[in-house]
Amino acid sequence: MAKTPAKKTTAAKKISKPVAPETHETPVAVTGSQTFKQTRAQPEGIPLIEMKEISIAFGGIKAVDHASINLFPGEVVGLLGHNGAGKSTLIKVLSGAYKRDAGSIHVEGKEVTINNPRDAKGHGIETIYQTLALADNVDAAANLYLGRELKTKMGTLDDVAMEAECRKVMHRLNPNFRRFKEPVMKLSGGQRQSVAIARAIHFNARILIMDEPTAALGPQETAQVGELIKQLKAEGIGIFLISHDLHDVFDLADRLVVMKNGKVVGTASTKDVDHDEVLGMIIAGKCPPGAIPGPGAMRN
Amino acid sequence: MTNTTSTSQGPALEQEGPIKKFFRATEIDTRILGMVVALILVWCIFDIWSGIIRPNEGLFGGSFLTPRNLWTLLVQTSSIAVMSTGMVLLIVLRQIDLSVGSMLSLVAVATGVLQVYQLGPSLGVGHPAIWVLGVVMCLAIGTIIGAFNGFLTAYAKIPAFIVTLGGLIAYSGVAFLLAKGETVAPMDQNFSVFGGGVERSWLGPFWSWIVAFIACAAIIYAIVNGRRQRQRFGFPLRPVWAEVFLASVGSIVMLGTTLVMNSYAWPPKLIENFAKANSIVIPAGIENKDGKAICMAAENVVRCTEGFILYTGYSLPALIAIGVCLVMTFVATRTSFGRYVYATGGNPEAAELAGINTKWLTVKVFALMGFLVGVSSIISSARLNAATNALGQTNELYVIAATVIGGTSLAGGVGTIYGAMIGALMMQSIISGMSLLNLAAAYQNMVVGGVLVLAVYLDQLYRRNVK
Repeated sequence: MAKTPAKKTTAAKKISKPVAPETHETPVAVTGSQTFKQTRAQPEGIPLIEMKEISIAFGGIKAVDHASINLFPGEVVGLLGHNGAGKSTLIKVLSGAYKRDAGSIHVEGKEVTINNPRDAKGHGIETIYQTLALADNVDAAANLYLGRELKTKMGTLDDVAMEAECRKVMHRLNPNFRRFKEPVMKLSGGQRQSVAIARAIHFNARILIMDEPTAALGPQETAQVGELIKQLKAEGIGIFLISHDLHDVFDLADRLVVMKNGKVVGTASTKDVDHDEVLGMIIAGKCPPGAIPGPGAMRN
Repeated sequence: MTNTTSTSQGPALEQEGPIKKFFRATEIDTRILGMVVALILVWCIFDIWSGIIRPNEGLFGGSFLTPRNLWTLLVQTSSIAVMSTGMVLLIVLRQIDLSVGSMLSLVAVATGVLQVYQLGPSLGVGHPAIWVLGVVMCLAIGTIIGAFNGFLTAYAKIPAFIVTLGGLIAYSGVAFLLAKGETVAPMDQNFSVFGGGVERSWLGPFWSWIVAFIACAAIIYAIVNGRRQRQRFGFPLRPVWAEVFLASVGSIVMLGTTLVMNSYAWPPKLIENFAKANSIVIPAGIENKDGKAICMAAENVVRCTEGFILYTGYSLPALIAIGVCLVMTFVATRTSFGRYVYATGGNPEAAELAGINTKWLTVKVFALMGFLVGVSSIISSARLNAATNALGQTNELYVIAATVIGGTSLAGGVGTIYGAMIGALMMQSIISGMSLLNLAAAYQNMVVGGVLVLAVYLDQLYRRNVK
């Protein structure tokens, strides 16, 4: 059973890699960069999220070392770096999976305590995990409401009401979605991703953390998720996008933050830097002129 | 883009034959349908085969499809069927309980000792408190042992297989010790009503029909109510003919079962006793000694349609099993507890991230399994009218086999209560059918084992083709 989807995704990856540079020049990418120009104007006002001087160490290793990042409403911030650069760890501090050793987290200017995933959810921070975290054997509505089911007056599950809400949310995200009665394991990767996103935003998330949202998807499904992200942006939701894929980040993010060895190398608007410069930041920690250097930047 | 998809879908929809359309409209699970067909096939084969060996009054001239055999089949299945409903939830949750057989022995023996050696002498034999205490104790001990298994699995993080394998060995030891190796008998006379072997445990034709009509009304209400709900939200509806079809199939099955149950007459000796006790004179029927008769008319053996006759109707254990099936189906599909069990079985990590306390959930499901073992131990010990440490031996294997034959996947996340009930019925049918054919127990075991493996193989084939 598990074999077929695995084969599919590897096949999809093989196809997507050679095609990727070309798709960047396609109309999709162009519309992407246009929206950047309109919305990118240097973020002002109170950030939705501000993480200040966050540090966390595992044993003797400083996984995150005095890292500061912020996120404004309606903005997508891409978080880049090698494996082990500390980007996932930093973001897990925000989602409540890890407890920080030092530093503070501010939501809309106010300092908050986040010690577990429930705290984070309470502040409207929702995470979409790489593994999607869906229960594959139940349908979309059941996944949407998992852990917070709607009940009838008798205390039983109100499946009809849940399906009705699910139809509304899914219509907003993915108008072509029709397969409400099937277990999500039968859905395509993109459809599953939209169920996961629906789950995150349905409960009034203002901050969305997406960990490699397109890693397991084919080119068409990746485009679909891209559309979704743009839509969420338009609704004023702030998104942290963790990705290995530079093209994804340039397509979708307004700003990018590069991390190396647990430190922030630099922050830049995607308009002000190019692929090679960002690669330089990731690999060598070299901060280009278009970026604001962080503590992890290589000193000349 | 849209054009290509519509053209590629269009012909497929047109090609959809009447059979496919029928299944899509009625939303019948074709897997379950296949199992029901297989079950009916097995029944017919046994009836024909037993008819060849020794002609009787069955539908095809054998002894299998007679009211008497079907009635007994239902009683025999009830204990395993009750436990298999709990096993479905456990296996769906990716756990297993190998200790249910030993647990059943332990619960039965403990309650038996209480009834026979403690309460009987102190309260006086037949005191109404005895059976109440007996029932409560069965359910309580079962639940506690189940919760203990669950606690070791969830919180001490010992794999369920090991915890319950240990339980399988240990609990039967405790049962032996409690019973001191003896057979604890007889049970309290009120308690033994739960076994279905005495006249007080039979509902009789009148109440059986009442039960049947209530069930039919409930089926129709559920279908109408479901339709109204979907209408309210403007969801796509099933065609009316499909709804009518489902309602009539449900009602016909219910009424048919009741008819069969109501055609099984009391054993002749009991009728005779009943007549004597109520000073009814049995009218002399037409004498008939063709070997098929099971009734008495005065001193004569007659056909059951003549003379004085009483019918059993549903027996208490069968009713308990059906009731447990309904309640457990409700729990599995209509409560958040059931939803969490399925979601956790499908993806434990996702369930945890969604805020479900999966450890406590595991304890609860194990405790529910223990509770159902308690119910089964009441049925088994009452039916035998005795408790021994061998009462539940190998029951765990039959329970797991019934669950798996019923379509529950050992990988977790997939399984239905009614599937397990049909699985239990299938297994008991094979066992009792082969007994009717006078085949040795060794052959019965071989066939049941083979059927188990074959059922899982067919299930795999089905799932692969559906995908």
